[in-house]
Amino acid sequence: MKKFWKITLAVAMSAFMAASLAACGGSTSSSSSSSTPAESTESGSAAIKIGGSGPLTGPAAVYGTAVKNAAEMAVEEVNAKGGVQFELQFEDDKHDAEEAATAYGTLKDGGMQISLATVTSAPGAAVAPLYQEDQTFAITPSGSSPSVVFSDGENMTGAYGNVFQMCFSDPNQGSGSASYIKAHPELGSKIAIIYKNDDPYSKGIFNTFSAQAEADSLEIVYTGTFKGEESDFKVQVADAKSAGADLLFLPIYYTPASQILQEANSIGYKPTFFGVDGMDGILDLEGFDTSLAEGVYLLTPFVANAEDELTKTFVENYKAKTGEIPNQFAADAYDCIYAMAQACEAAGITADMSNADICAAMVEQFTTMTFNGLTGTDMTWNENGEVTKAPKAMIIENGEYVPAAE
Amino acid sequence: MNGKEKKGIFGFLLDDRHRTRTISYTMVIAAYIILEVMLKTGSLSSLLTGLLVPATCYLVAAIGLNLNVGVSGELNLGQAGFMAVGAFSGVCVSGLLANSLPPVARLILAILIGMVLTAFVGFLIGIPVLKLQGDYLAIVTLAFGQIVMNLIMNLYVAFDSTGLKVSFVESKFKLEQGGKYLINGPMGATGTQRIANFTTGTILVLFALVVVYNLLYSRNGRAIMAARDNRIAAEAVGIDIAKTKMMAFVISAALAGAAGALYGLNYSTMVASKFDYNTSILILVYVVLGGLGNFNGTLIATVVLFLLPQLLRSLQDYRMLIYAIILILIMLITNNEFLKTKAASLRRKKA
Repeated sequence: MKKFWKITLAVAMSAFMAASLAACGGSTSSSSSSSTPAESTESGSAAIKIGGSGPLTGPAAVYGTAVKNAAEMAVEEVNAKGGVQFELQFEDDKHDAEEAATAYGTLKDGGMQISLATVTSAPGAAVAPLYQEDQTFAITPSGSSPSVVFSDGENMTGAYGNVFQMCFSDPNQGSGSASYIKAHPELGSKIAIIYKNDDPYSKGIFNTFSAQAEADSLEIVYTGTFKGEESDFKVQVADAKSAGADLLFLPIYYTPASQILQEANSIGYKPTFFGVDGMDGILDLEGFDTSLAEGVYLLTPFVANAEDELTKTFVENYKAKTGEIPNQFAADAYDCIYAMAQACEAAGITADMSNADICAAMVEQFTTMTFNGLTGTDMTWNENGEVTKAPKAMIIENGEYVPAAE
Repeated sequence: MNGKEKKGIFGFLLDDRHRTRTISYTMVIAAYIILEVMLKTGSLSSLLTGLLVPATCYLVAAIGLNLNVGVSGELNLGQAGFMAVGAFSGVCVSGLLANSLPPVARLILAILIGMVLTAFVGFLIGIPVLKLQGDYLAIVTLAFGQIVMNLIMNLYVAFDSTGLKVSFVESKFKLEQGGKYLINGPMGATGTQRIANFTTGTILVLFALVVVYNLLYSRNGRAIMAARDNRIAAEAVGIDIAKTKMMAFVISAALAGAAGALYGLNYSTMVASKFDYNTSILILVYVVLGGLGNFNGTLIATVVLFLLPQLLRSLQDYRMLIYAIILILIMLITNNEFLKTKAASLRRKKA
């Protein structure tokens, strides 16, 4: 008899747990959808739901937050124009593949129709097949690895077809940098590279840079690596110096780059420093002597102090909203929303269409349209979802980015 | 929770040794049936659907760890390292056989190989490690987890028409046309076919429970507990301490390996840094809050604590803060003397 009761209790308990979970799931989706009508009734037509996830907590939070802020801002602006109406739901994925897949589930429950995919690469590679399975159109602002748009990222084959990129892919940055250095021999002829070999971003750029450098017969005299949160670069910088390198290529994010600049300065080593878009942000780094960054070259699609009208308004509004100067991630996200709006209007997409229909229409638009945004003009996409836009080489002069010689 | 034992691990042995395991199996099977029905009728949200398989992975790893920490009494901070071994070997097996076996057979084979390989690694690690006790053992297992993670971060496994290639130096091999990386250094495993499913996960949980319970109530299980409670006394009555500890350690590792293989095959991409000490600690938290040596507690704590941060998503930026506060509250409440005596008297009345 006792045993019977225990079993009954266990069944009841698990039933209760399952039911409460289902209830929780249901209530979150209903609460997020209940926020929809407020906006859609105002505009008169239903809003198209945009999903997206990125790191809002954890070490990479700065990127996710930038994307979220800029996307929110762009959605407000698009809605204010009165044409196509958007509604954004942005979830935290902690820059983790498992969390990103979970966030995808949450977004799907929330009724997502098109998506910003993810902010960072590894989570992007995890959710891309999910987007393909459900035929939901996605364009990632900054997931730059080829594995976000290709199921076989290594060989760049098996494109998902409905996942697009707004940013340059890593291979483009690497080969672009090598070609730029080849075209400007005055920068230096003996190249040293320091990269972070546990980071797909850094390593991806390094791989294609060295491949292109080999093809262009550039001379690489030293390759140094580091891992994790390392902050001591004495060995690598000294080795680069003793190898006689006069150009130091740094395909890394700005925090370690700033430490390398400091280290080089302290031993009186003055090569040409060359970075990629991860270098963007070095001038805003707290406690960093920006005079050390004078003369640093970087390849980036966006600079916050560009003179064109679009950038100026964007930077002003972003500052007013967040109190911060937007970085490249914010600009990419802003462009994504505007590109979506352009495609939706051109294809006449409405909120009552099915995801698959929207997806087909969006893919058709994106592969045929030309888009002008903050991060480039005359951008086009191929059927694999990769963007074509011209990288801009910048040089830091007097604490500001100035376009370098083409 | 009614399943909680009264006087440590021996409590339920004296009581009714079938009781606890019946509750465990019933809980798992009932939850499975309910969730499966909801899945089939489409009433389960996408969020929860996506959480089912990882939940079973963490359950299996936590059950394994509880055997090691709770029953054998050795603090192991490297469970994620074992998961990593299983995960990456499982992904390799599945990737290699992608064209020659159907998904289900591949999944089972991947889990089996992941489990056996991890058990072997556990055995190798266990030889030096189990000579240590307490804090020292914890430190070595912690280091082991980090070493495994770093090794896999630098490991390249690929295959092409000329065969399988393994190296710690990427530039060492050039792939033929159509070659494919199974593990690509810091980028981990990418392009994995997602063949894991909830049914396999549930079977694995049941398998883990069967293994653990059968060990617990066996002669070896009692020897493991005797060695934990009093090493000298156990040695005096002729128990081979090294052997019993090794048994618990290897089984724990094997279960983590199986869990890892299932986990790896549930995502199209996986990086080694996922299996850092944070993941080990996370599983340890499941085990400790569920109750050391209490497998029903492990089941409930794992499910609740795994789902909690996801169900708190509506709190936006505050969710991890609230999650931490809830963890602290659970610790305080479960250790509250007043509540403990209340619960005990309630149980007495009922009995």
